[in-house]
Amino acid sequence: MTLDSVAWDALRLSLWVAVWATLIAVPLALWVAWILARKEFWGKSLLNAAVHLPLVLPPVVTGYVLLVLFSPTAPAGAALATIGLTLAFKWTGAVLAAIVMGFPLMVRAMRLAIEAVDPKIEDAAATLGASRASVFARITLPLVAPGILAGAVMGFAKAMGEFGATITFVANIPGQTQTLPIAIWTALQIPGGEGKAAAMALLSCAVALGAIFLSEWLARRVATRISGAP
Amino acid sequence: MKLRLKHRFTGFTLDLALEAGSGITALFGRSGAGKSTIINAVAGLLRPDEGQLEVAGETLMDTARGIHMPPHKRRFGTVFQDARLFPHLSVGQNLDFGTRYAPDGTRVPRGDVIELLGLSALLERAPNTLSGGEKQRVALGRALLSAPRMLLMDEPLASLDTTRKNEILPYLEQLRDGPLRLPILYVSHAVEEITRLADILVVLEGGQIAVQGPLRDVMSDPAAVPLIGVREAGAVIEATVQSHDPDGLSTLKLAVGQLVLPGVQAAVGARVRLRIKAQDVMIARTKPENISALNVLPATVTAIQIGSGPGAALTLDIGGAHILARITRRAVTELDLRVGSSCFAVLKSTAIAPSSIGR
Repeated sequence: MTLDSVAWDALRLSLWVAVWATLIAVPLALWVAWILARKEFWGKSLLNAAVHLPLVLPPVVTGYVLLVLFSPTAPAGAALATIGLTLAFKWTGAVLAAIVMGFPLMVRAMRLAIEAVDPKIEDAAATLGASRASVFARITLPLVAPGILAGAVMGFAKAMGEFGATITFVANIPGQTQTLPIAIWTALQIPGGEGKAAAMALLSCAVALGAIFLSEWLARRVATRISGAP
Repeated sequence: MKLRLKHRFTGFTLDLALEAGSGITALFGRSGAGKSTIINAVAGLLRPDEGQLEVAGETLMDTARGIHMPPHKRRFGTVFQDARLFPHLSVGQNLDFGTRYAPDGTRVPRGDVIELLGLSALLERAPNTLSGGEKQRVALGRALLSAPRMLLMDEPLASLDTTRKNEILPYLEQLRDGPLRLPILYVSHAVEEITRLADILVVLEGGQIAVQGPLRDVMSDPAAVPLIGVREAGAVIEATVQSHDPDGLSTLKLAVGQLVLPGVQAAVGARVRLRIKAQDVMIARTKPENISALNVLPATVTAIQIGSGPGAALTLDIGGAHILARITRRAVTELDLRVGSSCFAVLKSTAIAPSSIGR
């Protein structure tokens, strides 16, 4: 039961992908959660369904759809290629797969948090002279912070664990798209690879536990700030 | 401030024109009369179907011309029934939020507001540890510190019990009479608050203004009795505290005559305003003797309003001041009361609660 360079590469890649996916997805998810929580418009249920689709679809299907949309020959893939961004079979594609798969979880957590903020409190802030942007930055955002944090942790965890959509979309290239779960699966495919798989599984558990402790600590800090205690 | 407003609800339409200047303009009406809608439309939180709002020559809203100034530019600091303090900020930080957006040169000294509202002991506290009355004081302080052009108050005391209400009313009286002299639009369905605070009274009924004018005029108008509510209606008069007597009663001096009431919370020489509920006033044609009521005032009937039921409202002149009396139509007939009749108004001392006496 040893950790070779393949395992460490896979861990590094997974963390890299998960951090990027979380950083990109949080503002987007917050925006979508805001729209779903606060706005009424035609096609709202359609947007809601689209956001939640990856949660209910088999991940392989999500990965396949991504492949169809973002392969270099597809319109979307070609458009991104002109700005020098290729996704298929690259770590960037693994980031996209992680974003798409984690998005519903993030939006859900943030939407609940936004719905818990009474718009009347924001109205009160506006009558005191605060512009919309100031109200958002000073009132809404701090009150929603625990939800954003919860969503980010879920998205990060999902990105660390994402397998089906990733392997379908960007395959299994060591050092490029072979994330930790994919490396574990690969090790299990090789006779005698169980020990390696077990070591990586333990590594995976350690990262997950670390993430939970970190998020608990952050949540406590946010909670003390929100309750207004000095 | 000049407001014209038309807004349709299911069931009724709010349609009114209103002017509010210095002092406290009170908007009185039953729950669901559209009072909060008026506040929200003035504050800019609601777009009415039709309306114009003008302040000192500046148009803040005109639906016909598509003008809708956003709330933060209108600067109507608002105190809501539910204090709406920011839960993640301490009391001090809530107050600072008001100051932060006050335009330069208009800042209200923070210390003055803290002193006026007695907030110094609360500054470090979190809003969820405050009592209802404390919350409203903080909300009021926050609104004052935002240096509003006018203060809007939407039923600020409605969610408080009587004790808390009486704890806050003196602060509001002080605000009205103090150096800030901020114009206030005050919405309430509680007659007691309005009679203690208002300078101008506007009564809403069925989405329209039924009557408006100086508080004393409206409250002593017998025609307004059904609008105010027959059990709550009563004229507001002014008096000067003459003495506090050893038996717990206070003697107040009227323009002519005097009133004896239970312990008034004001210094000798202070001016107080009090509401004498119409239903607490009895009428006698001859001066009653051996009667427990301590206040028997010679009066002249100046108006009689026969109600739709068995009641009648009388306006009485007592040495230049006007009070209302609500008696039965039968009594009007049996006592042969007419405009110009002289009589005696009889008032039990205990009928006037200390809380209905303000400054």
